[in-house]
Amino acid sequence: MRAPRSAALLATTAALALLAAQPAAAADTIFYPSLVYRSGAYAPNGIPFANGVADYVAMINARDGGVGGVKIEFEECETGYATDRGVECYERLKTKGAGAVAFSPLSTGITFALTEKAPVDKIPLQTTGYGRSESADGRVFQWNFPLLGTYWSAADILIQHTAKISGGLKGKKITLVYHDSPYGKEPIPVLQDHAAKHGYTFEAIPVTHPGVEQKAAWLKIRQTRPDFVFLWGWGVMNSTAIKEAVAVGYPREKMYGVWWAAAEPDVRPAGDDAKGYNGLALHPAGADYPVHKDILKYVYDAGKGAGKREEVGEVLYNRGVIDAMLKLEAVRTAQKIYNKKVVTGSEVRDGFERLELTAERIKELGFEGLVTPLKVSCLDHEGARKARIHQWDGQKWVFVSDWIEADTNYLRPKMEAAAAAYAKEKGITPASCS
Amino acid sequence: MIYRETGQFRTSYAEDQAIFRLRQDRAGIAVILAVAWIGIPLLADDYLLRAILVPFLILAVAAIGLNLLLGYCGQISLGTGAFMAIGAYAAYNLALRLPGLPLLLDFFLAGLVAAGIGVLFGLPSVRIKGLYLAVATLAAQFFADWAFLRVGWFTNYTPSGSVTAPPLDIFGWLIDTPLEKYWLCLAFACLTAILAKNLVRSRIGRSWMAIRDMDIAAEIIGIRPTTAKLSAFAVSSFVAGGAGVLWAFVHLGSWEPLAFSIDMSFRLLFMVIIGGMGSILGSFLGAAFITVLPIFLNQAPAMVGIQLSTAMVSHLEFMIFGALIVLFLIWEPHGLARLWQIGKEKMRLWPFPY
Repeated sequence: MRAPRSAALLATTAALALLAAQPAAAADTIFYPSLVYRSGAYAPNGIPFANGVADYVAMINARDGGVGGVKIEFEECETGYATDRGVECYERLKTKGAGAVAFSPLSTGITFALTEKAPVDKIPLQTTGYGRSESADGRVFQWNFPLLGTYWSAADILIQHTAKISGGLKGKKITLVYHDSPYGKEPIPVLQDHAAKHGYTFEAIPVTHPGVEQKAAWLKIRQTRPDFVFLWGWGVMNSTAIKEAVAVGYPREKMYGVWWAAAEPDVRPAGDDAKGYNGLALHPAGADYPVHKDILKYVYDAGKGAGKREEVGEVLYNRGVIDAMLKLEAVRTAQKIYNKKVVTGSEVRDGFERLELTAERIKELGFEGLVTPLKVSCLDHEGARKARIHQWDGQKWVFVSDWIEADTNYLRPKMEAAAAAYAKEKGITPASCS
Repeated sequence: MIYRETGQFRTSYAEDQAIFRLRQDRAGIAVILAVAWIGIPLLADDYLLRAILVPFLILAVAAIGLNLLLGYCGQISLGTGAFMAIGAYAAYNLALRLPGLPLLLDFFLAGLVAAGIGVLFGLPSVRIKGLYLAVATLAAQFFADWAFLRVGWFTNYTPSGSVTAPPLDIFGWLIDTPLEKYWLCLAFACLTAILAKNLVRSRIGRSWMAIRDMDIAAEIIGIRPTTAKLSAFAVSSFVAGGAGVLWAFVHLGSWEPLAFSIDMSFRLLFMVIIGGMGSILGSFLGAAFITVLPIFLNQAPAMVGIQLSTAMVSHLEFMIFGALIVLFLIWEPHGLARLWQIGKEKMRLWPFPY
């Protein structure tokens, strides 16, 4: 109690001085920032993804000595899925090392906030399977890359699949249970649009963050008895939804989760009751692919794994691995285009835009069977828009459909209109792409 | 020895009414202002400006808003986040629907909208007090969350419900670098602090404090409780609304209702309680404590060279931060501002305390 004021003052000064201190830039490395959430309501899903990213980068460093002969400097920053902390992490990491190559926020909210900042800082945003749907239009969203599929594609694929298995959706009822955030709202316009076209009744029921309270939503479902329930949840919301479905006796076979609501942490808490639950799959689960063998050999055998050995190969883990692989492939493409080793964010953007994964390249990388070929262009920042449906059999995910491709002819004009509206609001001149 | 009033005589009413009556205080505040306006822009990098100082200043403004209501008028509100949201969405809609509206006027009108809604949700305060009022103001929070999530018109029917701020253009000056944003927020923070300080020294502020200390006694000496309470709600919501506009337009750029959730209301309440109720300085100290400390704790292990996993760091951050809040409240229940006051008293006697 002697001099609390001066102590506080000292602490504040020290804090500010330390915050201002920046480590010296290393010239011969590239900097790979990873925004993660290993704590909070979304941690069960955030952790496997983060582990996948960390392990893949560690494996590339150990096996190949980095990408294109340049070591990768890797740093995580905890966002807790909160937008303001995500922005803080982005600001903290963007200038580290030789400058961040690209960001993957793994949160639609943070993606929206960073979409405003990325063009100013000239750092690409890679959103593998999430983000703003209209950002697939690369002319307006020059810095966004929603690779492998947007939520509009996901909604379209689900409608195609359910229409096929039920012999047309005319007169049917579809209910969307969604996380009440930009993430959950993304598919609504497409599902509404399709309702008119296919002749089904559509209802959307919001669930407030973090999603542990869903009684009202499921009572409503018990009343209306929809033919299909689509689940657009994340974190604890997914497992809660499955448990609530059990409680009201809604068959899990008629439930379809988006690819963020179709992983092991979502079904395991519900135990045997989750059997029959369906979900979209951007890629299979499993650790039998060559890339996993290398991860186990170079990372886990060396005792440097980010997670537990038996969790390698889970759905979200594999998505993390794919996310990291795509980012490093973009870096490699950029190194090739500019013929230099250490590339900056704006050069990596060009790398993303000319990213092409052929079947041979996928095999070379050890991802055969794990990803489909993809080709990004200036017009199309999505690259590929295919998914399969998989079903939980109580132990593992089993595929129940072939690859389904979203209908570009239908989605593209919609995307372009939304992107044009955004461009008008923000005063952006779309790139010509010629 | 250095910090004392000896020999400083106030010979006019103007001098007697000055905010800083001591020469040492005036010098101190001049140094702080010089550092804030010139020193920091010269030294700080983008990260410090954009990720630490801009949110700190904006939340300090919001904390001043809540402090006027809670610290000076004694009305507990759990709806500050809602009033910030109302300000932000009002500014967005005004800018969208009245193209060509000057940005500062837009901000001002948005503040007025927030003030109007604030008065509306302040009405229960005429009848109910204390914790019951806190619960009533919670309604504002849930109402705002509901309105901005469900009523499409407020978000211009964007499919995702997330809206984007227009470019910040003040009389042809396009504010887009971190430094310009910092200056803008600093200007707002200074302006709000001066206005708030003068307001609480004026007739209105004194009537608020009279209501806070004992409403029946205040009524007997001729203060109208309704006017005093509602004016406090209006001014507080106006300031909170302004802070909301800054948070949305300057800090985030693109936002969703979650940015102004109940968490925000609680954080602001903690800022005021930890900083010091009924103190403008306390609002700044509280905002610094709540916004900067977690970020510092998150980075501290790496700075001193301790390698911990991201999850461990984040859990440690929560634990230490929570413990510090409890410790500070035990150590000094009247907040950080009171600590500063004690420090000043000690300084006055230094080096010969008795």
